[in-house]
Amino acid sequence: MKKLILGNAAVARGLYEAGCAIASSYPGTPSTEITEEAAKFPEIYCEWAPNEKVAMEAAFGASLAGKRAFCAMKHVGLNVAADPLFTMSYTGVNAGLLIAVADDPAMHSSQNEQDSRHYAKAAKLPMLEPADSQEALAFTKLAYELSERFDTPVLLKMCTRVAHSQSVAELSDRQELEARPYEKNPAKYVMAPANAVRRHPIVEKRLLDLAAWAETASVNRVEEGADHSTGLITSSTSYQYVKEACGDRFPILKLGMVWPLPERKIRDFAASVDRLAVVEEGDPFLEDYCRGLGLAPAGKELFPLTGELSQNMVAERLGLPVPAGKALEEALPGRPPVMCAGCPHRGLFYTLSRLGCTVLGDIGCYTLGAMPPLSAMDMTLCMGASISGLHGFNKALGREGEGRAVAVIGDSTFVHSGMTGLANAAYNQSNSTVIILDNSITGMTGHQQNPTTGLNLRGEPAGKLDLEALCRAMGIRRVRVVDPYDLKACGAAVKEELAAEELSVIISRRPCALLKYVERKPALAADPEKCRGCKACMKIGCPAISMEEGKARVDATQCVGCGVCAQLCGFGALAGGKEAE
Amino acid sequence: MDTKNIMIVGVGGQGSLLASKLLGRLLLNQGFDVKVSEVHGMSQRGGSVVTFVRYGDRVASPVIDKGQADAIVSFELLEAARWLEYLKPGGKIVTNTQRIDPMPVITGAAEYPQDLVEKMRAAGAEADALDCLSLAEEAGSPKAVNLVLLGRLSHYFDFPESAWQEAIEACVPPKFLDLNRRAFALGQKA
Repeated sequence: MKKLILGNAAVARGLYEAGCAIASSYPGTPSTEITEEAAKFPEIYCEWAPNEKVAMEAAFGASLAGKRAFCAMKHVGLNVAADPLFTMSYTGVNAGLLIAVADDPAMHSSQNEQDSRHYAKAAKLPMLEPADSQEALAFTKLAYELSERFDTPVLLKMCTRVAHSQSVAELSDRQELEARPYEKNPAKYVMAPANAVRRHPIVEKRLLDLAAWAETASVNRVEEGADHSTGLITSSTSYQYVKEACGDRFPILKLGMVWPLPERKIRDFAASVDRLAVVEEGDPFLEDYCRGLGLAPAGKELFPLTGELSQNMVAERLGLPVPAGKALEEALPGRPPVMCAGCPHRGLFYTLSRLGCTVLGDIGCYTLGAMPPLSAMDMTLCMGASISGLHGFNKALGREGEGRAVAVIGDSTFVHSGMTGLANAAYNQSNSTVIILDNSITGMTGHQQNPTTGLNLRGEPAGKLDLEALCRAMGIRRVRVVDPYDLKACGAAVKEELAAEELSVIISRRPCALLKYVERKPALAADPEKCRGCKACMKIGCPAISMEEGKARVDATQCVGCGVCAQLCGFGALAGGKEAE
Repeated sequence: MDTKNIMIVGVGGQGSLLASKLLGRLLLNQGFDVKVSEVHGMSQRGGSVVTFVRYGDRVASPVIDKGQADAIVSFELLEAARWLEYLKPGGKIVTNTQRIDPMPVITGAAEYPQDLVEKMRAAGAEADALDCLSLAEEAGSPKAVNLVLLGRLSHYFDFPESAWQEAIEACVPPKFLDLNRRAFALGQKA
C-alpha cells in the first residue's frame, strides 16, 4: 500500500515492520513524532524517558534482553546520551538497536546547529541518512539488519526537512521476531578496562567490515548523468535539492550511509568526472573525508556552513539558471513566535521583568520570556543549565547576585537535567532562588507527558513525581507554590525568596492554556469609556491585546480569560466579557 | 508534467495543517507524486508559519524556493505579503483579509503595513483577497477559515468537485463535516 507519510511517521512504520518491540525516547523537535507515531502500534512498547541518556540506556537494556529496541532524540539530545553511546559501540548489541537523531539546520526550533555525523565517526558507529519518507522507512529496517549482522548500534540521522516532510512510501507487513536469548557474557557487556581493552580492536575491525559493506551497498548509489564536467557527492535533503536544480544532468553519488564511507566507490566516482563537488548541509564532513583521500572537491567554498541549502542555492552555486520572485519593496514587520494568550508563564515573567531580576533561563516555551516586551531572560544554554548556572553565578557574585538572580526551568526540563543541578545547589549550600515553571506538560514539543504529570506516553495513569517532596528530600526548606495568574502573589513570593538567606524553590503552577482539559474562561473585553490608552496592559506581550485608535482591544477569539491584563489596568477597563454583559 | 507548487502561509495556530493534509490527500488521489513540508516546534507559537505542497510526476525537493510558487494560500494578509517573493511570475495569491498584529506591532516597535493587497497587485501578483473569517463564521465557526480558503483555491485548479469532497470527508472528523462543507462552498461561491 502506498501512503503519503511524514518522515518521522515513516521511521515509526519502519520500526513496526522491522519487529521493533521497545522504544524509549525524550521528545525534541524535529524528532518527537517518531515515538508518538510508534506508540500507535500496540506491538511496540513506547515510553517517554526523563532524558535522552536514560532513554538510550533503556533501549540498550531491551536490546541486551533480546528484543529489537529504539530510541529517538534531537541533535542536542545526543550530547546528553553521548556517554552510553560511545561505550555501546564497544559492547555491541544482542537484538538490533537503532538510535534516531534529528538535526535542525537553520535552527527552526533549536539552540545550536551541530552536525550529528561527527558522533558516528567519533563513536565508530554506522550512520544511515535517508532523503525522504520511503528511505526513512527502508533505512530503519535496514538498520536492524546491519545492527544484528555487524553487532553494533546503528544511528539513523534525520533532519528537519526529512523528518517534517510528507512523501509517498510503500508500506509492508510487520515481521514478528522471536526474542534472541539473553546469555550472560561479561567479556562483551562488562566494560571494565580488562574487557574494554579486548573490545576496542573488535570495534576497529567492525568499522572496516562496515566500510567494505558500504562499497557495494545499494544505499550508496551512482546516478548517471550525461555531463561529466561535474560530479556531485551528496546525501539527505541536499540530494533532493541537487535533483531539483540539476535533474539528470550531472552524475551523482548519493550516499545513504554517511559513516563509514566507501573509499573505493568515492575514488572511482571522482575519477569519472572532471570536477568533483560535495553538496552537504552543516560541516564539511563528506568533503573532509574526500580531502583525506587526496581528492580536491569543491564544497564549503560553494555552500555555506550555516543554515539550510535549497534548490535555488544549489542551482546558483553550480552556475545554473535560478528562478526569481518579486518581493515588496518596503520592509515588513517580523512575526516572531510569542507566548500564547493565557500562557501561565506570562504572569511570572512579567513579575521578573518588573522586579528587574537577572534570569538564568532554560529550554522550553518559556524561553520566549526573553522576547520583548517581557525581555526577562539573561541566559539560555542547554537543558538544566538555569539551576547549575545560577549556583555558579551566585557563588561568584555573592549577595549581589543572590538578591536579584533567579533560575527559571520548566517541569519537564527540571526532571530532564535540573534535578542534579538542584542537588548540587542544596549540597553546596547555594543561596539561590529557583523557579520551576510547572505547566503540567512538556509544552514546546507539542504536549508530551513527563514524570510530573502522572500520565504515560499513551495517556494512561503512571507514576507521578512530587516536586515539593523531591525538593524537601534534597534538604531544601523553603519550597512554595504560587499561581502565576496572581501577580500580587508572584511578586511577594519572588521578593521574599530573593531576600531569604538560603536556597529556595518557587513552583509556579498552572497547566498550559492549550491543554484540552483546561477550562477557558469567557474572554475579557476592554471598555473604551474607561480605557485611558496608557498601555499598561501591553507590557505583558499578550497576542490577544492590541491598541486601536488609542484604546485597548481584546481579541475574543484568542483571549482565554486569564485576567492577568486586568490586574495591570488602573482604571478597571478590562473585565470579564460575560460578566460585563 | 512539471512540478506544481502551492504554499500555505499564516500565523502559528491558525490551522494550516488541515489545509495541507487535505491538499495532500486530494493530489495523491489524482495520481501525482506529492511532497508536503511543514515546520513544527517553536515557530508554531504564534510565529510566521509556512507549509509547502508540491506535486507532479516526480517531486524531488520538499520545499518551494523563491520564484517557484504557482499559488500562495494565506490565512493572514501580512503573511501573504511576506512570502510574495516565493510566487512565480503569473502565480496566484488567495488570501484572507484578516489582520493579526505581530508582537513588534503590538509593542509599538513597528506599524502594520497599509494597503497590502494593492501593493501586491502593483508588484505584479494576481491577488484574490476575501474576508474568510466572516465566511467561516457564516458557515458556523471561525476555525473553518481553512476550508473557505480551499474553496476559493479550488477555482484555480481543474480537479473535479467530487475529488475535493472526498478529500474533505477523509480529513475532517465526521461531526465537523457539514460545517466544513458549508465553509468550502462559501469560499467557492465568494
